[in-house]
Amino acid sequence: MADAQKPVTTIKTPIAIHYDYSIGAGASTFMRAIREGRILGARCPDTGKVYVPPRLTSVETASPMSELVELPDRGVVYTYCIVNIKFYDQVLEIPYAYAYIVLDGADSAIMHLIQECPVEKMRPGMRVQAVWKDPSEWTESMENIRYFKPTGEADMPIETIMNEIRKKSYA
Amino acid sequence: MREVAIIAFGQTPNRRKELYRNDAEMVAPVVAEVLKGVGLSRRDVDFTCSGSSDFLAGYSFSWVMAIDALGAWPPIQESHVEGEAAWALYEAWVKMLCHEEIEVALVYGFGRQSMSSPREVMVLMNDPYLETPLWPDTISQAALQARTLLDAGLCTERGFADIAVRNLRHAESNPLAQLSGRPDPDALLETPTIASPLRKHDCPPITDGACAVLLAAGDRARALCKRPAWIRGLAHRIDVQALGRRDLTRSHSARLAAEAAGAIGNRIDIVELHAPFTPQDWILQRELEIPEGTVINPSGGIHQGNPMMGASLVRFGEVAVRIIRGEADRGVAHGTQGPCLQQNIVGVLEGE
Repeated sequence: MADAQKPVTTIKTPIAIHYDYSIGAGASTFMRAIREGRILGARCPDTGKVYVPPRLTSVETASPMSELVELPDRGVVYTYCIVNIKFYDQVLEIPYAYAYIVLDGADSAIMHLIQECPVEKMRPGMRVQAVWKDPSEWTESMENIRYFKPTGEADMPIETIMNEIRKKSYA
Repeated sequence: MREVAIIAFGQTPNRRKELYRNDAEMVAPVVAEVLKGVGLSRRDVDFTCSGSSDFLAGYSFSWVMAIDALGAWPPIQESHVEGEAAWALYEAWVKMLCHEEIEVALVYGFGRQSMSSPREVMVLMNDPYLETPLWPDTISQAALQARTLLDAGLCTERGFADIAVRNLRHAESNPLAQLSGRPDPDALLETPTIASPLRKHDCPPITDGACAVLLAAGDRARALCKRPAWIRGLAHRIDVQALGRRDLTRSHSARLAAEAAGAIGNRIDIVELHAPFTPQDWILQRELEIPEGTVINPSGGIHQGNPMMGASLVRFGEVAVRIIRGEADRGVAHGTQGPCLQQNIVGVLEGE
């Protein structure tokens, strides 16, 4: 085919925009604590529910949430997904699992990586605990927690999880 | 047609950089303020619509995060426009015209320009194959328009400076203004150009902020507000995207929107023009046929503060509060988005 008739299928137009992101007051409180190895949540004055990370106002009622609650670095896997797909920039060996983890005392889940557990052993109700980086490496980052691993404690029964979900979800 | 009015308006102070609050944290106090002002709770709001841009926010679905500000439980009826919030007002208004059960609607807008370089971010609105790769930043595009006006003999650089001076003078009575003052127009013309012929005073400031209005229908509006600012007409139109296909001395879409809204040919006490650049103020005065004696931009307009994506809704709010307070009987509010006044919305507000 003559060059003049060759279809132009792609053009390259590089785009790069730099952002200095302001995370806000609620997330700043969380980041200051995680820098010291602590996990903070905030309690809704109307419902008593604890949200992690803290927000300035309650998601449910819009009331200001000024009471901060320190949470343990362990909790329960409520649900999870197993990543089996290779994608651009992926740093982990597939397959691996991400889980919704409800820390003990919290009413909202955080998402984190699960390791030291073969993916076929993943299950809801599994109790997990955080594996932290060395304190010398701590910064304002969720990556201070490298991953969560199973504690070996007895699982939370699935019926309890379903009841807890109903209780924790908005009512 | 069902009567719908703006009954409350609130906004954050116009600030160069809102470093300590995220979008939801900016929106929450403003929403609380407008509801409290008319004695309503969040549960009294039948429909919510917002305007913002993921490109400004720097992440996708940023408006979903902002919903955290509302206390959206039980689940609410909500919608969003990816753009200037005056178009969210339009959506809420149309929804109220069509659905009798919606008596009160909340409209809000927010944006933080300070997190990025807005003159670069806005380039991404252009044709991605032919224009964006050349990175014709916002100010350069507005300068093209300004140059066209000068070359056609329609305007002077002094005229542009006079518009900036008028806005900054009006801003002196706006407690939330980011910029205000009484500069000497001749001195302004001595300053260097940013993109010739535009100088700093011709350009809008970079602002972070949020704003909100409450709409209410018929007797509900009268019960909640002594003097509601009734929406007598509201319309928007759009010009073609490619600048090379437009007469940049004109804004046909602004004129058509103004005609459709009933803004032309009637007495107007005040008008708020969303003209990011001073030459666009001149173009809009011509297209909207603003009569002699009308006070233009009593708030100081965009040159006192430009919380992008909220800025157009602020224009409606600034007209509405003056009607609500009894300082004006009839006003016109204008909003724009896209390069060189590409897309325009015009509303006519009136007190009883």
